[in-house]
Amino acid sequence: MAPVRPVGDAKPGHPNDPSQSMPRQLLAEYPEEALRFDEMFTADGEPRPHYSALYEQLVGRNAAQLRELFDDVDQQIRDNGVTYNVYDEEGGSIRPWALDPLPLILSAEEWKGIETGVRQRAELFNRLLADFYGPQKLFAEGRLPASLVLGHPGFQRPMHGWQPPGGNYLHILAVDLARSPDGHWWVIDDRTQSPSGMGYALENRLIVSRLFPDLFRDLRVRRLANFFAALRDSIATYAPHGKERVNTVLLTPGPYNETYFEQAYLARYLGYPLVEGQDLTVRDGCVWLKTLSGLRRVHAILRRMDDDFCDPLELRADSALGVPGLMDVVRRGNVLLTNGIGASVLETGALAGFLPGLCEHLLGQPLAMPGVATWWCGEPPAMEDALAKADHLVFKSAVPYQMGRRFNPVFGEDLDEDELARLTARVRANPREFYAQELVAISRAPVLDREHGRRVLGRSVGLRVYAVATPEGYMVMPGGLARTSSENDNRILSNQRGGGSKDVWVCGEHNDPALSLLRRPVSAADLVRSGEGLSSRVVENLFWFGRYAERCDNLARYLRVALNRASDASDDSTEWLALAKFGTVLQLLPEDCNERDAIRMLLRSVCDATQAGSLASCILHLSRAGFQLRERLSVDNWRTLNALAGNVGKKPHDQVGVFEALSMLDDYILSFMTLAGFALDGMTRDHGWRFLSLGRRIERAQFQTDAIEAAMGMGLDGNPEWLLEVSDSIVTYRSRYMARPEWIAVLDLLVADESNPRGIVFQTAGLKDYLQRLNESIEGGMPDTGIVGIHRRMQELDPERDFHPGSQALHEALSTLRWASAELSDQIGQHFFSHSDGSVRVIA
Amino acid sequence: MSQRYHVIHETLYRYAAPVSLSQHLLHLTPRSSEFQQVQHHQIEVSPGVAEQRRHVDWFGNACEWLAVRQMHEVLRLIAASTVEVRPGPEAWRKAPGVAWEDVAAMLAAFPARAPLNAQEFALVSPQVPQLEEVRLWAQASFTPRRPLLEATRHLMQRIWREFEFDPKASTVSTPVAEIFQRRRGVCQDFSQLMISALRSLGLSARYVSGYILTHPAPGKPRLIGADASHAWVQVWCPENGWVGFDPTNNLQPDLEHVILGWGREFSDVTPMRGVILGGASHEVEVHVTVMPVELRDFAKLLKEVRERDLTPED
Repeated sequence: MAPVRPVGDAKPGHPNDPSQSMPRQLLAEYPEEALRFDEMFTADGEPRPHYSALYEQLVGRNAAQLRELFDDVDQQIRDNGVTYNVYDEEGGSIRPWALDPLPLILSAEEWKGIETGVRQRAELFNRLLADFYGPQKLFAEGRLPASLVLGHPGFQRPMHGWQPPGGNYLHILAVDLARSPDGHWWVIDDRTQSPSGMGYALENRLIVSRLFPDLFRDLRVRRLANFFAALRDSIATYAPHGKERVNTVLLTPGPYNETYFEQAYLARYLGYPLVEGQDLTVRDGCVWLKTLSGLRRVHAILRRMDDDFCDPLELRADSALGVPGLMDVVRRGNVLLTNGIGASVLETGALAGFLPGLCEHLLGQPLAMPGVATWWCGEPPAMEDALAKADHLVFKSAVPYQMGRRFNPVFGEDLDEDELARLTARVRANPREFYAQELVAISRAPVLDREHGRRVLGRSVGLRVYAVATPEGYMVMPGGLARTSSENDNRILSNQRGGGSKDVWVCGEHNDPALSLLRRPVSAADLVRSGEGLSSRVVENLFWFGRYAERCDNLARYLRVALNRASDASDDSTEWLALAKFGTVLQLLPEDCNERDAIRMLLRSVCDATQAGSLASCILHLSRAGFQLRERLSVDNWRTLNALAGNVGKKPHDQVGVFEALSMLDDYILSFMTLAGFALDGMTRDHGWRFLSLGRRIERAQFQTDAIEAAMGMGLDGNPEWLLEVSDSIVTYRSRYMARPEWIAVLDLLVADESNPRGIVFQTAGLKDYLQRLNESIEGGMPDTGIVGIHRRMQELDPERDFHPGSQALHEALSTLRWASAELSDQIGQHFFSHSDGSVRVIA
Repeated sequence: MSQRYHVIHETLYRYAAPVSLSQHLLHLTPRSSEFQQVQHHQIEVSPGVAEQRRHVDWFGNACEWLAVRQMHEVLRLIAASTVEVRPGPEAWRKAPGVAWEDVAAMLAAFPARAPLNAQEFALVSPQVPQLEEVRLWAQASFTPRRPLLEATRHLMQRIWREFEFDPKASTVSTPVAEIFQRRRGVCQDFSQLMISALRSLGLSARYVSGYILTHPAPGKPRLIGADASHAWVQVWCPENGWVGFDPTNNLQPDLEHVILGWGREFSDVTPMRGVILGGASHEVEVHVTVMPVELRDFAKLLKEVRERDLTPED
């Protein structure tokens, strides 16, 4: 393509002048051709004024310093768990967010042009929607073909006649811009349904502003926080809340959505609960959030769910993700849904050709920011014209998502004769469904080369800009999300296709006041928020998170002890038999397993996630439960979980030896202790914490009763030392008794000792206490669960009489607890989670 | 000469497990128009309805939203109406209409030369795509300059001849392409196929949901609950408005079709759809009765339906 500078040749000219050789090295791979606009350099190769400070910084840093920028970015992205991409359930892999350390810098003056253009576009779009969903004069007056709107799958017929709060048919707009060789910005695409990327823009800002703090200050980079404050105010203003305090939620399609990280991040930043469709319900013409303490009215929904999914009853998606009956509430004006249903009808390039005329007509002013030249094939002359010069155009679908059919952009210049004929036939068969766009040579921005450290590369760059409706008109975010092309195709900017992103710095004329909505830094241990307002689903996830965390810990401890004993040839067989039996109860070993087979099975239980009930699979369950709670877990918690799940399946189980497995188990146990520590030390004692703890105590009670029963099976002559090890109580025991384990002392420690966190009475005391507190503050608490009685029964056991392996009283007390704890788990589920339990289905 | 009917449409959902919340959207209210007048209409639901609301949809059909919050394993809904059907103009059945290409040109024109709703029903809709094979097939009826209504009658006849009525061949979601290929289906399928064919030629056609009077075999009594919902097609003709065609019976509706409503396709006017919480699996039973008023009193008829034994039929 373009000529490039010679590679790494720093020798000639001024060998001793670093300011000469360094840029040469830095720009060795940077394209020189002037066919496209370059964001950093003028046509003469000089840095543009607003870029010169960044350029100097780059020149002044050595390779190691530049590489450090990447390391900083990578670390923050990893630590914060910033991800993009669909979460793949099988592989469990999430793609980290790709961020280039160098910001895209825009001068104050240039920004004014963008701001004006975007504001006007938002205003125009709002007027268009008002007509489409209202009087529909534009069709009758012949200003727009009706088929462009009525034939668009985004035209939502149930919304016709809807009067949105404040007249905002379009609350939030995102516009994708690109710059042509003459330096003008053009509109490439519009996002009007539930625009994504704002949260990433925010996250990018937090990271990149820290990389160049002095530069950030000197350029007076405009702050993003004002925009988000305006967004929040705007939602609060337009939400129909009467005299109540506005309750806003962020509605997500769930953790498997490609931008879930961003949704969780925005929810936290804006202070809105992150909810899924099943957390909400419609009743008495209003939307309600199902919480632990009953239904709580919702006044505003910031949604990240596509139109068709929002109301499975009326918008007829096959999926039941959304909130049945929501449309009715929206039409009655009892909830603010942002963006409203039906705005995506504007998401088509086919509209572009009509916008200049519509802008003159509706706003009485010329369109400030034009779209790229466009031919909608629904007009026969336009179609003929477009097909005639197909090799200069890109063909796109005018209907972005028609029922599963997707049409990726086709570049005329890529096609051979046959392919062109096929395209032509396709367009002629359904001309209304296609439009053609002029190919724009989009501008180039520098990105840091990850491979070579001290080098910048040129990449195509596009800019996504956001606007939000406020009582004073649309406000444009001073900044945005810049996206760069992947190496492969300079013409397509997409995070789905492996492109990257950049922070966008808009230079200010004066300093913006610093303001951040994040009430605490992201790195602080984030705690479960308020208690009774917790959604039933979150509470359920916390409960299971607690159970899995504890189960992992228990399994790891068992496996460690069992592996040690099984590989110890001189081991006494009474003990091994009891341990193996316990392994059968835990569903890790088959019945009557010999020691050699057992080692193989135990190793498999450590490493093989495909084996049901194995530690490895349990860790994945834990990680998934954590994933569902992602916006509620601290960064540290999350990092620990990520590391744990990342280790699972790294090595095939038949290649792991006993020694290696034992050291893995040591590491795992350390991580589980860390998670337990977060729960103990890092969470406020609210109801959320109580559910997490109930999960832990129930799980531990079950494990300990099983362990004690298995050990008692050895009889008086058996050595209960392994029981102490499995129960993490060997140190305590030795410090107290300094002797070979004796049954009476062991059972006293593991059953009756109220101070032993592994002891039975400790579990029953906790269960009793948590349930009591829940019952006190939540209306309609749980009926008697029998735990109080079991707790008393455990306390009443007499060491002299009952603490020996043959004791019938002890055996009965333990089995009662074992049974009751399983029962309790079900009861908690039915009582507290029933709101969100049960699958929602669409029937016809 | 008009005709009056009592129409009773009973729907039963039986769930394998209790349902704690169900919401339904109904298109079960017959639509009044120039050629049909609804004289009485009522809907009863058991168990009792917690909330119920009515609105008029984009196409002008009345629809009903309701929520049931009592735990239930059976939901029973009876929609009962009395409707007077009036004869349409003679021209619908006799006139040839203008050349079909001229109608297609009017519909495609910008600025518009056809009414908005005619333009809308010329566009593809989610379940009725444009299919090249269907277009080529339809072309045999739509020869150059052939009058619209004459060509459409020809198309209707061909569907009736070439396709077999077979309730086992399709479900509500069988794609048009499959119906076309297998050459069998029910009224809904034939209607959507016919719509697809007409739209692929640039013509405007809409899906009509309703009922048809059935005639018992000679000497047999008219049974209650033995009828079914029906569907047919209306085509837009600049001179005659919306003209009906019933490809399942190869006739143009007159006094024996009762209209519930219309839309682009089945899914716009689904008689009853719902979202339920719980329930595991479900079975649906539908019983329709279309009864000429002179044969039975409304209240008596309704009583008979209400008192029917609800034990499953098999």
